[in-house]
Amino acid sequence: MLFSAILTGLVLGGTYALVAMGLTLQYGVARIMNLAYGDIIIAASFGAFVLFTALGINPLLGMLIVIPAGFALSWLIYAVMLQPLARRSRDRGRLEGDSILATFGLLFVIQGVALVIFGSGFMSYSYLAVPVDILGTTIAANRLLAFGLAITFGLGLWLVLTRTRFGTVIRAVAANPASAPLVGIDVDSVARFAFAIGGALAAAGGVVVSMYLTFSATMGVIFTMKALIVVIMGGVGNLMGALAAGLILGLVETLVASFIDPGLTLAATYLIFLAVLVVRPQGLFGKAAR
Amino acid sequence: MTLLSLKSVTKRFGGLTAVNGLSFDLLEGETVGLLGPNGSGKTTALNMISGYLPVSDGTIALAGDAISTLRPERIAHRGVARTFQLVRALPSLSVGENVLAALAFRKEPLWGKAAETRIADLLADVGLAGRAGQPADSLTYIDLKRMELARALASDPRLLLLDEWLAGLNPTELRAGIDLITSLRQRGITILLVEHVMDAVRALCSRCIVMNAGSKIADGPTAEVLADAEVIRAYLGDDHA
Amino acid sequence: MKFVLALVALVALAFVPSFAGPYPLGLGIGVLGYGVLATAWAMFSGPTRYISLATVAFFGLGAYTVAVLSETLPYPVVLFVAAVIGLVVALIVGLATLRLAGIYFVIFTFGLTELVRQLVTYYEVNVTRTLGRYVFLPLGPEHIYWQLLALLAATLGMAYWVRQSRIGLALRVIGDDPVVASHLGIRITRTKLTLFSISCVIMTLAGAIQAPRWTYIEPSIVFNPTTSFLVVIMALLGGPNRLFGPLLGAVPLFLLFEWLSANFPNHYSIILGLLFIAIVFVLPNGVLAAGESLWTRLSRREART
Repeated sequence: MLFSAILTGLVLGGTYALVAMGLTLQYGVARIMNLAYGDIIIAASFGAFVLFTALGINPLLGMLIVIPAGFALSWLIYAVMLQPLARRSRDRGRLEGDSILATFGLLFVIQGVALVIFGSGFMSYSYLAVPVDILGTTIAANRLLAFGLAITFGLGLWLVLTRTRFGTVIRAVAANPASAPLVGIDVDSVARFAFAIGGALAAAGGVVVSMYLTFSATMGVIFTMKALIVVIMGGVGNLMGALAAGLILGLVETLVASFIDPGLTLAATYLIFLAVLVVRPQGLFGKAAR
Repeated sequence: MTLLSLKSVTKRFGGLTAVNGLSFDLLEGETVGLLGPNGSGKTTALNMISGYLPVSDGTIALAGDAISTLRPERIAHRGVARTFQLVRALPSLSVGENVLAALAFRKEPLWGKAAETRIADLLADVGLAGRAGQPADSLTYIDLKRMELARALASDPRLLLLDEWLAGLNPTELRAGIDLITSLRQRGITILLVEHVMDAVRALCSRCIVMNAGSKIADGPTAEVLADAEVIRAYLGDDHA
Repeated sequence: MKFVLALVALVALAFVPSFAGPYPLGLGIGVLGYGVLATAWAMFSGPTRYISLATVAFFGLGAYTVAVLSETLPYPVVLFVAAVIGLVVALIVGLATLRLAGIYFVIFTFGLTELVRQLVTYYEVNVTRTLGRYVFLPLGPEHIYWQLLALLAATLGMAYWVRQSRIGLALRVIGDDPVVASHLGIRITRTKLTLFSISCVIMTLAGAIQAPRWTYIEPSIVFNPTTSFLVVIMALLGGPNRLFGPLLGAVPLFLLFEWLSANFPNHYSIILGLLFIAIVFVLPNGVLAAGESLWTRLSRREART
């Protein structure tokens, strides 16, 4: 029972870590606090759902369509909606405020579209729902696949950011957007690209979610919230922190759901958030305040 | 009598030590210059005194009471006021309201009619007579500096911290600025000023403290300190010593 | 003079129920309710720029308190208990987040509605074992209207007082530059916490007063996130830093919302979302400020010619 809960928790935590990495990229590099992030995730879940149920495309292949679509959509959102805001705001606080409001509006647009097309009911489909035996505990194969995908994407992103020239550029902008232009970096286009990559990760997360969870059009808020909590716990811009924090959150949630009450998982999440804010607002793995 | 006393005050930012074991005393009524090349830790020292940054080590005492663990608002209530290296006006407030903000929240708050009279006086003192109604974001650079000084004076400080208040002024403005600070000194306010304008330092400060790379390298009467070989080396490099 | 005018308007509005039919009265209640929420929201979020996305969490708490307690306690006591619950939640949220940068506050309030909704559901399912309740109170729409009118008058009075008082100035200084604020001796966290609590208690009362309108209440009805969303747009549209700005934003947007939800029940959240984005883009300081700057520009041009 405990071992099975831990296994389930790790799978869930891997998904949280994956989506949180996208959000930390959007906030850390593009300086956009994207409140519509969870709705991109849900939109991708719906995408995978439609591809699988209507066209019979399995989610793994579906990713080849959904992830580029998430990238393109986010690229477009940034170029049309957020870049003008970034240009007109002189300071970071102003951009933060404006982007929060603009993406808050966007949340209702995306959610509204999803409601019109799919209604407010819960959705799921059955893909690789075969039990697999791990050390005496059975777990659905789709969950294992979800965990594997989360780890693969997370590691891939980490390698790109730490081992490539492009990754260095992104990290430079994250560390100091004001002086990046001095070394010939076009901050505008790096921010747009980072925001789009964040969207691609959200889309990947959405497909992963759709493989083993039921989801509905109004669930975006919860995913945004959890991703935000993971980002803050892990320290803004810290990918390894997001991974660790995501796994912790997934474990705690699953343990609370299996041993206390499933109705209290969000409360547990919030309790962790509260504790982090009170004790270490810079994040468990973040640097001390400057 | 000693008003301000720093005892081996240290500030570390991660691996970087910005201020290293800084100790000095300020006597009541003194005007002291805090000098040093850029990055030598002067502003960091000021920030620790005003409570903006917590100290990593050491103690700061005001009139014998430790203030180094207090938050800025507590330190302000004990009589420390400051200006900032980059002027920090309150842009959405009027000039008068900028000063009122200091009057209304000091230890003995002033509000209403009494505050209005005091605002008019303070603005007249810094050369902004009759400008109380103007929006703060419409002022020129020198006037912003004046307003910031009026705001600092409004809290009736015992200790005034000026962070490069004279920087960026033209010769006429500089003359007026020096006269203004001289008049404050005559009122008995203790002043610690971080400054690069040497003429002003000579004219205003009886004593100077020089920092380099986070440590104090000289402390004494202005004329002697400014002639000190080590100080010249810190500022100008080895060739000139 | 202004005071007399406000009093006359208040008295005139108090007579509306005696001639208005049920439908206009219902609209009146809606306008007043949103007017209260938007004014209370702007009282804190306007000057500090700490955007609260949790209006409906407090509103819903108020409504639910009435639903749970109205049969066991006298109505005024129920209102009092609702206010206390709102205050306690506001203090928890405020103490956790108001010491920190505004972004933490926004994030916390963003998920707060969902959290409160789930906790209330949990409480109802596991403790009282009744999800969904009927509210039977001998209060007609005109009573609700009058209570809301009184609450609106009190809220505007409070907002007016805040603007004139030291705490209002403190809030504006904090909104402009918290570093300067602390160096001038302003107790930042305490100031923000006080205003946030007042604002939240008002929102809770607005929910409590309107509870009898529904007759049937369940968490998904009273914790509707669209309400939080609407309140923010209303305040932004009218101008969050003006006394009457949020109220002026509430009137047209509430009517528009009613019309949209009647005619485009499936698409109104998309339309409102787009409208919201447009407001953020075009009128970052609200209609009143935009009108004012247009006015100064025009009058300057006149002065020049």
